[in-house]
Amino acid sequence: MEKLIEQFSLGLFFWSALIFVGLILVLKKFAWKPILDAVNEREEGIKNALLSAENAKKEMQNLKSDNEKLLADARAERDLLMKEAREIKEKMINDAKSEAQAAGEKMISQAKAAIESEKNAAMTELKNQVSSLSLEIAEKVLRDELSNKESQTKLVEKMLGDAKLN
Amino acid sequence: MEIPKIIGAGLVVIGVGMGIGRIGGSAMDAIARQPEATGKIQTAMLIAAALIEGIGFAALFAV
Amino acid sequence: MVFSNKPLQFIVAVLVACLPLFSSANTATDSVHAKAEVKTESKVLNIKEKEAEDRKEYIQHHLLDTHDFHLFSYVDDNKEEHHIGFPLPVILWDEGLHLFSSSQFHHGEKAAESKGKFYKLHHEKIYRVDSAEGEIQLNNENHHPTNVKPLDLSITKNVFVMLLVSVLIFLLFRSLANSYAKNNGVAKGIGRFFEPIIIYVRDEIAIPNIGEKHYKKYMSHLLTVFFFIWFLNIFGLSPLGINVTGNIAITACLAIITYIITTLTANKNYWGHIFWMPGVPVPMKLILAPIELLGTIIKPFSLMIRLYANIVAGHIVLGSLIGLMFLFKSWFGSTLSFGLSFAISLIEVLVALLQAYIFTMLTALYFGSAVEEHHHEEEAHH
Repeated sequence: MEKLIEQFSLGLFFWSALIFVGLILVLKKFAWKPILDAVNEREEGIKNALLSAENAKKEMQNLKSDNEKLLADARAERDLLMKEAREIKEKMINDAKSEAQAAGEKMISQAKAAIESEKNAAMTELKNQVSSLSLEIAEKVLRDELSNKESQTKLVEKMLGDAKLN
Repeated sequence: MEIPKIIGAGLVVIGVGMGIGRIGGSAMDAIARQPEATGKIQTAMLIAAALIEGIGFAALFAV
Repeated sequence: MVFSNKPLQFIVAVLVACLPLFSSANTATDSVHAKAEVKTESKVLNIKEKEAEDRKEYIQHHLLDTHDFHLFSYVDDNKEEHHIGFPLPVILWDEGLHLFSSSQFHHGEKAAESKGKFYKLHHEKIYRVDSAEGEIQLNNENHHPTNVKPLDLSITKNVFVMLLVSVLIFLLFRSLANSYAKNNGVAKGIGRFFEPIIIYVRDEIAIPNIGEKHYKKYMSHLLTVFFFIWFLNIFGLSPLGINVTGNIAITACLAIITYIITTLTANKNYWGHIFWMPGVPVPMKLILAPIELLGTIIKPFSLMIRLYANIVAGHIVLGSLIGLMFLFKSWFGSTLSFGLSFAISLIEVLVALLQAYIFTMLTALYFGSAVEEHHHEEEAHH
């Protein structure tokens, strides 16, 4: 301890205090203040830049979600349209089918009716012709049979038997 | 009067050595347990060691 | 505390670490050579003792402040000792101002004359003597001189180095400050190395210890004290044989400035914790008050002793190891002590930074306690 006190030099103490305090004041004005200000400013700048980048990112996100929404809307609309179109198409096909069927059925029924009437007409004619034919035949047979009694009778009988078929 | 003073200073230095040793050892343990906190542990270790070291130096210069 | 893994910094560190090795080489070797010719046994023993004494004196002399800037000495062919260096101004206050060059002391061999008074150096302190041939009278009990000691305000080597370092720091950080304006807010050159350290001091030392609110007003002091101590520590490892931070007057000055700033900026809460510690019974308060008051003085005192002792211890160890190199005089021993002193030099580079850091850190801690807000009770209520 005595050695320390002995070593203590007032002059050195005085000068170091002077130099150190002077250095603090000078550096404060010319170095630390500008340096710290510059560093602070830069940090603020970086912070702001980061913040604005974040904001831009958010905006982008918003835009993107908007876009996506629009896209989804468009897609839904398209789907709707497609569905409607399909429905219309199916309906048209069905309608056409049923119309065609109805028309076909109508034609068939008409054809059937025509056939029936033709048949009836043909039948009537046939009957008329058969009756006229049979009359003719009968005339001829009668003419023939009237010459032969026995065969006449036989013929009549046979004729009658045949006529039953009709 | 000189001899007891020197012995006292020696005892203080032993104590200081043990103290700093313990600080170092505990810091090692802590770093091994939490390697991610190495910087903070080292800072705390240095400060604690420096404070104890000051006592050791005071004892040495008091002789 | 690793700055970079770049080899450049490593090389610089190695260079700095090696520098003290050849600074101390001169006197010891030369005196050995000058006296090694003596043959008789008993005298050889005497010479060895003398050499040991020389070495001890050399180390102790190195730790002291001097009145001239002494670079190295050598002995020429005519066995004459030459000192290389330059004198510094001596300023004395002894019933009037005395101003003369330290070359008048002739390295302590002669008395200097100024305005009819004579002064002589004794262990690098100036004493008044009666005449040009006057000698310093030593006290019989403790060998202290009994001569009158004038107030010595000389620009000694330490003052000179402090001025040099101050100018260096000023130029360095002034250029860093200017480079921001020129480079659009980006540091340039050597400032790129120091800017992260400034930010480190702010973010890791000032803000955690003092707090976001008050740290700004202490930044100038913290940064200055950090770089001042660091640069002076590094200069102390240079071959110029400087030992500035290992001088009690300088560490005392730094510690007292810390104490003054702490005391002047302290708030009511700080004094409240010293004189009337809240949250303890009244008798305890009475006991704690003097202890706390003493604590405020012990804190800067420990700052002073810590820095001084670390640097002095480093210099003594380095000096002793370098002295060992010349003591061994064998390739093995000298190589060993060279390796050892090399390793210690590297550690000293670390210690130079560490002590600056710890001084700044503890200073910030004390400042922080001075401006700490009143929040203990509030926390208890939560």
